[in-house]
Amino acid sequence: MKLRRKVYMVAGYNTISMGTGRSEFHPQKPRPSLEEYIKEAGEQVLEQIGGAAHVDECVISNFIAARYNKQANLAAFFPYIDKGLTHKPCVRVEGACATGGLGLATGIKSILAETADVVLVVGVEVQNSVKAVYGADILAAAGWYKERKAGHAHFFPGKFSDRAGAYFEAYGREKTRKAMARWYRNAIENARLCPTAQEFENKTDDLEKLALTEPNPRTFVDHFNVYDCSKVSDGASAIAIVSEEGLKRCGIDKKDAIEVAGLGQAEYDLTLPPENPLRLATTQAAFKKAMAMAGITKQQLSTVECHDCFTIAAVLAVEALGFAGPGEGPDFILKGHTARDGKTPFNTTGGLIGWGHPTGATGVHQAVTIWEQLTQKAGNAQISISSEKPYALSVNMGGDDKTLVAVVYKKT
Amino acid sequence: MKYEEKLENVAVLGAAGKMGSGILYLTATEMVRQKFNPANKNRQFVLYAMDTSHEALSKLMAYIKQQAIKYAEKNILTLREIYRQREDLIDNEQIIIEYADELLRIIRPVIRIESAFDSKIVFEAISENPELKVELMSKINDNNKNKPWFFTNTSAIPISWLDQHARLNGRIMGVHFYNPPAVQKLLEVVKTENTRPELSYFVTDYIKSIGKMFVPSYDVAGFIGNGYFMRDILYAEQLINELQNDEFSYPETVYMVNKVSQDFLIRPMGIFQLVDYVGIDVVQFIMSVMQPHVEKENIQSELIDIHLNNAVKGGQFADGTQKDGFFRYEKGKIEAIFDPGKKRYISVSEVSEKCDEYLGPLPEGWSPWKKLVHRPDKDELLKKYFSQLLASNSPGTVMAKSYLQRFKEIGSDLVKNKVAFKFDDVNAVLIYGFHHAYGPVNDYF
Repeated sequence: MKLRRKVYMVAGYNTISMGTGRSEFHPQKPRPSLEEYIKEAGEQVLEQIGGAAHVDECVISNFIAARYNKQANLAAFFPYIDKGLTHKPCVRVEGACATGGLGLATGIKSILAETADVVLVVGVEVQNSVKAVYGADILAAAGWYKERKAGHAHFFPGKFSDRAGAYFEAYGREKTRKAMARWYRNAIENARLCPTAQEFENKTDDLEKLALTEPNPRTFVDHFNVYDCSKVSDGASAIAIVSEEGLKRCGIDKKDAIEVAGLGQAEYDLTLPPENPLRLATTQAAFKKAMAMAGITKQQLSTVECHDCFTIAAVLAVEALGFAGPGEGPDFILKGHTARDGKTPFNTTGGLIGWGHPTGATGVHQAVTIWEQLTQKAGNAQISISSEKPYALSVNMGGDDKTLVAVVYKKT
Repeated sequence: MKYEEKLENVAVLGAAGKMGSGILYLTATEMVRQKFNPANKNRQFVLYAMDTSHEALSKLMAYIKQQAIKYAEKNILTLREIYRQREDLIDNEQIIIEYADELLRIIRPVIRIESAFDSKIVFEAISENPELKVELMSKINDNNKNKPWFFTNTSAIPISWLDQHARLNGRIMGVHFYNPPAVQKLLEVVKTENTRPELSYFVTDYIKSIGKMFVPSYDVAGFIGNGYFMRDILYAEQLINELQNDEFSYPETVYMVNKVSQDFLIRPMGIFQLVDYVGIDVVQFIMSVMQPHVEKENIQSELIDIHLNNAVKGGQFADGTQKDGFFRYEKGKIEAIFDPGKKRYISVSEVSEKCDEYLGPLPEGWSPWKKLVHRPDKDELLKKYFSQLLASNSPGTVMAKSYLQRFKEIGSDLVKNKVAFKFDDVNAVLIYGFHHAYGPVNDYF
């Protein structure tokens, strides 16, 4: 499939990713609510595109506010962002942690369908409303509920810990653990360059040593320590998806926009275990579709935002995206190829582990990060984008490799 | 009788109090643990929470529920395993609620002493009133055909005195929890010459099962913990008197002795802050209870009496915040010092500059208790610090040295006077009960 119309992304915005690690965060003190995050992110995009009058449609990406915040019907928050959005068509989408990616896909499709020239996409999740032990129940809804009973108390860490265990068994534990620790270090060092990142203020000296803390199965899962996991986050990200006409309407110069070059979506049966725990097959399927649509090779990618909900997910993603062969992901990472000064910098503002993982917002956050990088707006986190590599990729995963959205972007 | 059989019917006297509530909670967790054992499937466990006020018991139940939930949240991995066969319990939240309900279903809040007439074990945690303890225990004992075992939480009264006056015939033992029992690791246990050995076996198993540790003490008033603490207070008072002779004002002396005992000695809190934490009235009560049993020593503090005469009592509010005592606190920090002469609090800022200058700087190598206590190289750091302190002769270090000397003497005397069995036990009480970074018997000074 090819894109039949030019689609752009503009005017990205991220709130702070709030949670442990941020000095503003205190579990017992009041914090911004769901609607405040939505409003902040939405308003900031509207300001950049000349106001709500320019918007044709809105998409809100949220995984599970109905349980975290006892709130549903989120599309009706758009007029709360700005009265000018009253009576505009709005929709809420959900696909677990790939919810943000589905928001992007929905916006892109509205542009392609020519029902809209400007779509406002807001991703949001507020998860610190409950303790982590209860959050684990809520997040488990990203898996098949009938597996919950047999699952680990920390359901998803348990799932990916099992993948890590299988990977250790197949390819060796020591090197893989070292690569996971390196991934953590890269994530935190990148986050330190981004003021909205949850780990922006992280001051740990020896990050790899910390990340190599031995897992304790008596208190957590078999093969992870807490540094192998993304944190619990509150936050919102927003971006506008526009057509050529939309760009003109909003008065945005093309150099401040990025073009959508490819979109790949893939799904796998929620009731089935992965065919092979050593592979992210659905991730690979979505990636291949997006790359085929863009008609490019991975050598043309200047940066990648991958879904590192756990360090092992990053190792597996590096392999699924073809940067390394099976079992060679750890070498690729340890050689520094994913670092910000490496061959292909991954997750340049920290990814899920460093920047944060407000689930419904994550896919949108990935797009905002890439928009910042390709338009030279990434501040201290800016990497060099060479003219030979004008493309970038985001891969957003829901559940245990179940719902996948990959997007290829191009510098204009 | 088997351990779990003894646990079938237990009463906690004074259950709504600070110590009683903790003992009740820990015992309830132990009963639930026993219930989880398939061998006890058909066994009923009943725990009477006995106190005098319905209102206090109502608050107690709320506290127990909160504690049970916290416990279940923390132990969710184990509980998921335990409830593996319960198909109706799927989410962590369902399991946590079920555990808390299961624990609460064991407890019966009551105000009538008759409820304990069927109990096999009675934990006594009422106020340190010897006559009242005797009255309640003898009443239960006289009316209970099970010949119950009594475990008293007294931290001051000799167990043999209670045994004799309540006519318990050796069915009593001291099981002294530290405050708050749900958190503190340490217990002091006290056998008399008459205590029946089966009580001791039970207590050993019980303490192990609730995840605590214990130190044995001889049956001497105050035992190890208060034996040390009361004498430490009296020494602090002696230092205050000496400083007042040097023409320091009373609030200045309190500030300095507290500072030396906390900072120079690297303790979790200064001596007068600790008195406030325990309660000035509680300290006076313990001293008065101990005094008749310690004939050769004067266990009485004029300083404590003066504060109580001014209705300054310390202790804590139900939410755990500190009441005014020797000090007034703002967000847990000392901000003013009570001056009995002026009958009002004097701001710390009015005295601190002069006092800090007089005491002089902290010796090189100092670090606050909080930073030092969990460090793996703590011993080495303390050795270095104390060698610097010993070499210094500033007024602060001189006072600290004399304080340390007295600390060591108190520790040694507790063994010499057959309160503690050995030095290690004294150190264990100070380290695990009082959370000191070091015990009185050491190689540092």
